Amino acid sequence: MKIACTTTGNDLQAPLDPRFGRAQKLIIFDTDTNAFSVIDNAGGVSAAQGAGIQAAEAVVRAGAVALISGHIGPKAFRALRASNVKMYTTDAPTVAEALARYKAGSLVEAKSADVNGHW
Amino acid sequence: MKELVVISGKGGTGKTSIAAALALLAERPVVADCDVDAADLHLLLAPEVKERHEFISGHEAVIRAADCTGCGKCAERCRFDAIEKRVGADGRTDYKVDPVACEGCGVCVRFCPAHAIDSPDSFCGEWMVSETRIGPMVHARLAAAAENSGKLVSLVRKEARRVAEEQGRELIIVDGPPGIGCPVIASLTGAHWVLVVTEPTVSGEHDMARVLELAAHFGIPAAVCVNKYDINLDAAVRIESVARDKGAFIVGRIPYDRAVTEAQILGKSVVETGGPAAEAIQRLWGPLKRSLDIMSISA
Amino acid sequence: MIIAVASGKGGTGKTTVAVNLARSLDRPVHLLDCDVEEPNANLFLHGASERTEEVTLPVPVVDTAKCDGCNECGRFCQYHAIASFGSQALVFPELCHGCGGCMLVCPHGAITETPRRIGVVEMARSGEVTALTGRLDVGVALAPPLIRALTRRIVPETTTILDAPPGTSCSVVTTVRSADAVVLVTEPTPFGLHDLTLAVDTVRALGVPFGVVVNRVGVGDGRVHAYCAAERIPVLLDISDDRRIAEVYSSGRMMVEALPEYRALFGELWHAVEKLAAKKKGSREAVR
Repeated sequence: MKIACTTTGNDLQAPLDPRFGRAQKLIIFDTDTNAFSVIDNAGGVSAAQGAGIQAAEAVVRAGAVALISGHIGPKAFRALRASNVKMYTTDAPTVAEALARYKAGSLVEAKSADVNGHW
Repeated sequence: MKELVVISGKGGTGKTSIAAALALLAERPVVADCDVDAADLHLLLAPEVKERHEFISGHEAVIRAADCTGCGKCAERCRFDAIEKRVGADGRTDYKVDPVACEGCGVCVRFCPAHAIDSPDSFCGEWMVSETRIGPMVHARLAAAAENSGKLVSLVRKEARRVAEEQGRELIIVDGPPGIGCPVIASLTGAHWVLVVTEPTVSGEHDMARVLELAAHFGIPAAVCVNKYDINLDAAVRIESVARDKGAFIVGRIPYDRAVTEAQILGKSVVETGGPAAEAIQRLWGPLKRSLDIMSISA
Repeated sequence: MIIAVASGKGGTGKTTVAVNLARSLDRPVHLLDCDVEEPNANLFLHGASERTEEVTLPVPVVDTAKCDGCNECGRFCQYHAIASFGSQALVFPELCHGCGGCMLVCPHGAITETPRRIGVVEMARSGEVTALTGRLDVGVALAPPLIRALTRRIVPETTTILDAPPGTSCSVVTTVRSADAVVLVTEPTPFGLHDLTLAVDTVRALGVPFGVVVNRVGVGDGRVHAYCAAERIPVLLDISDDRRIAEVYSSGRMMVEALPEYRALFGELWHAVEKLAAKKKGSREAVR
């Protein structure tokens, strides 16, 4: 299965980006192969509006069934919930640490957006 | 990396003058001018442009006159009063899109029975990355009557964050636009702190209340300073009380000082030329900076 | 006759000029406060409120029974206000511009529209002045739809003054395009001049005749007058930097009432503006 993690860098040691909608990049990690790819979140970063929606579209297009980020806003939350993508927020500092916590089962699924909407 | 956004609600309270002054007082900041349709910060910071980029955003509808059959379906559907009927000297009717009113929604393009409407990209202005005497500056110019000012503001902020990261700079000072609409919202989202510059007038108080509500709506803590406070001391005291009631933190007061305009005429910030306003700004920078260090919202 | 009072730079005195002009006319006049983000005109007119009307924008509603998640709507929408996720279209109404396109492209007739409140239009009367104020709800991003709601209320054959928002963007243009003439208010400082040149470019692009009022003469230097002379832009009025005006303004009073010697100046401004409006009118025939 594929898990999307927000990041500012290019590999698993990179920091987890605390933002979702305006996260610089998404790392799509495949738990079956332990391989990963990096997607630029260009649409989300420069969107004047709907950043969370565009980022959500990118996650869905990549085939991820789970998303890990620092925070998730309300538009993204609605979009991802409708797409059946499980969402987790964490203060893990890096992508690798976030994935480790996910594997250990210590991440709690987000039941709602945890930050205010941005326009 | 933190972003301090200087806004006002009401125009003309001194946002740009104060933002420039704070940029000069700060250590290694990046400066972003997000007042994209009336940008003035460059008049004080004299940026040397290093990169210039076109800002192309959205589309505009253009009717090919030769192919227009004059059926008027486009005008019927247009929700923005952007399509005008014309009757030529030969009695022929056709339709024309007013580019200034067109919002680029694409409805007329899709539904023209003669497929006579094109939808080219819209040139909306340009954005620049420059060097100034205090560090890098990202700024922009929105083309006259253009749309998408919010998107250009977001772009300026994104580039400012990129430059800050590349150069290891920890603070971005944003000169924001007046009002509470889309360009202001685009300046605020994800900011850590807002400094509202207001003035001791009935208008200033009314407009400050609305912009503080906007900041609260986005969960961003606000500091307030009353500029030209000695024009009306009673009004200044009242405004500060309104600000506190709305949860804002009063960071200082600045007296009316002709030196601000005199410095502007010299192309400088008042903190470079001195005087009572300069001293007041210097005094408020300490508390403002400390509160920025303490408060942090990741968004 | 419809006159718009605009500027490039905020805080130069647009509202001051608009309300004082309206009050000095001594005959029925409509003042439309199109600065819907921060409307201030009625703070000075002290008009008694007579009526408040909600203004709405039509936004899509998806009938989940008919929607199959095909995303025709999402592909059409320029604003990311509607898109399919999972097997349903989701609407993000705060992003919607109200174009109606999604409803038209939906192959299943699954989209209808519902009004979404964006603000209000308040009607108040103060002597001979009827003030219509647009007030955008805090948090709503788009001002132009509310401004259009205001300008659609212009009564033909009525003297109308439009108080425009600051700047040169779509809100200003939406306001000014209805006018027969524009008064650009500026101040004689570097910021004032710079933003005036931007406003001039904008107004010239609209083809509406315009003139300039220079406010707070004495606070800066002669550059604005030099620019106007070089560009052959008529300076319709100079207002001196009078501290009494600042004090009157700060307490929400009008200078033609508190400092009656200024009444004559605004009378002269009105005559100058009338001459300007008579010069050249646009030949556009709007369909609506």
